[in-house]
Amino acid sequence: MSDDRFDAIIVGAGVAGSTAAYLLAQQGLQVVLVERGPYPGSKNLSGGVLYTRVLEHIFPNYAEEAPLERCITRQVISFLGGDASFNVDFKNPAFLQPPYNAFTVLRAKFDRWLAEQAEAAGAMLVPGIKVEQVIKDGTGRVVGVLAGEDELMADVVIAADGATSFLAQQAGLRGRIDTRHVATGVKAVVGLPQATIEDRFHLDGNEGVAYTTLGAATRGVAGGGFLYTNRESLSVGLVMRLDDLVRTQSRPAEIFDEFLAHPAIAPLLKDGELLEYGAHLVPEGGLEMVPQLYADGMLVVGDAAGLVINNGFAIRGMDLAIGSAVAAAQAVAEAREANDFSARSLSRYKTMLDRSFVMRDMRTYSRAPHFLDNPRLFKQYPELLADMMTRIYTQNADGKQPARNEARQSLKDSRISLAQLARDVLEGARAL
Amino acid sequence: MKRLSILEKIARDKFELDEGHPHIEVHEEEIRELCPDLSCLYVCPANVYSEQNGRIMADWAGCVECGTCRVACPPEGLTWVFPRGGFGIVYREG
Ligand SMILES: Cc1cc2nc3c(=O)[nH]c(=O)nc-3n(C[C@H](O)[C@H](O)[C@H](O)COP(=O)(O)OP(=O)(O)OC[C@H]3O[C@@H](n4cnc5c(N)ncnc54)[C@H](O)[C@@H]3O)c2cc1C
Ligand code: SF4
Repeated sequence: MSDDRFDAIIVGAGVAGSTAAYLLAQQGLQVVLVERGPYPGSKNLSGGVLYTRVLEHIFPNYAEEAPLERCITRQVISFLGGDASFNVDFKNPAFLQPPYNAFTVLRAKFDRWLAEQAEAAGAMLVPGIKVEQVIKDGTGRVVGVLAGEDELMADVVIAADGATSFLAQQAGLRGRIDTRHVATGVKAVVGLPQATIEDRFHLDGNEGVAYTTLGAATRGVAGGGFLYTNRESLSVGLVMRLDDLVRTQSRPAEIFDEFLAHPAIAPLLKDGELLEYGAHLVPEGGLEMVPQLYADGMLVVGDAAGLVINNGFAIRGMDLAIGSAVAAAQAVAEAREANDFSARSLSRYKTMLDRSFVMRDMRTYSRAPHFLDNPRLFKQYPELLADMMTRIYTQNADGKQPARNEARQSLKDSRISLAQLARDVLEGARAL
Repeated sequence: MKRLSILEKIARDKFELDEGHPHIEVHEEEIRELCPDLSCLYVCPANVYSEQNGRIMADWAGCVECGTCRVACPPEGLTWVFPRGGFGIVYREG
């Protein structure tokens, strides 16, 4: 085998790429993992709640070994109406016991660790090199990539190159990305002393809390906000549908400033220091945007394959990326066994993905993008809730109305018809 | 937390600047023809685009590579590629 011939080339050392590299290297394949950033994670950004069940299957000791921030035991959903907020607060200390449910992570640290696991298993990591394009042979089969100046050849190329995947587009597996199918995520990491975080959020040890916000957070643009606790920092951000940003000619950076200054958010950030500001696309179009997942000599995994679920209360992409890498690694192992890397043989990837939690969950939430395409959800309902609570808690000299009358009055003032409300509730129940 | 301007926020980030190798090219005429709203001027979370003396400029060195403009802008309006390997935004938190 010459220096630049491999069994598998993996483009992108995000969670999908490094997981695939780890699993294939473990099976004894010659794997090269090419990453354009100076180190794995240097280009990657997420809100940071990693649902870890799938990781546990691959790295049983991840809870001790991986650079995790905090174990999420408390979830708060916050409806913001004007300056008011209405919270649903859920805490379950059982989440602090194995099997854990979710941890916050910071990608510059987590992705580095994951890539190190792949390297330790024998994969060759090449950071600081951008893959320019896939190389095809005369029959149109993908046979390698052009990485920097070098041609690397392999039986199979796995595109794990994230939401802006140029490779899937070049290989003809997907067309241009539609503004309806992506959201712009804007995020800040805000440093605070560990003791302050634990006091402020009532956390014990490495417990963590995840806030999700709907409503005023986005000025009515479809989307929501988040605030997650790390060990010594907070991850705070907004995810806003791009078609809506364009339609309303909104400036995400401005909306983000308003969010940080919102009376429900600002006190949580008090005295914090901005450590980093960033932005990243979220491919949240659901099944509708999933491209052709395989071709002769090529597979697409993770964000590049549109495998993200945003149901309005949580964004999941990292665990789906890892899950897709597991299916891809299995398919490649089988293809190798049969010595057949044709599209037909690699279609096993799709079969396995369809059977795994990844596509099961994608199907379960397949109505979510449609349901979330509803302006009432991001403006009127959060306002309605805030208004209703304000009425219920306001004491004036005229004596109180029963709460149900207050609720009825709020609904009347909001100009949402009962029929509309019923339809939205039904739609929500079906979507979520 | 102190309110910071977008420039002050970006100043906290780490970049490997690839001097002399812009990764964004603006095609002025195409943008004006196909996207009269000039979405790049408002949709970029890092305020990379601005209008100066009636021309659209891309201050590409402060681009965080989110990909938003590449999707929002008509394909003829921008040539947008990733910076060369090793260059561009370097997240230390992520
Ligand atoms: C604001 C925000 C909040 C989010 N919150 C959550 C959350 O709380 N929980 C969750 O599970 N998910 C969340 N997500 C989604 C999650 O971040 C993604 O689903 C996940 O990162 C996908 O992993 P990936 O490995 O497929 O892609 P990425 O992490 O994007 O990795 C792609 C890699 O490929 C590299 N690359 C790209 N092109 C090339 C090339 N040509 N040559 C070489 N290398 C290349 C990149 O540098 C990068 O390292 C969030 C996303 C955003 C933007
Ligand atoms: S990629 Fe993102 S940060 Fe860079 S110019 Fe485009 S919109 Fe702005």
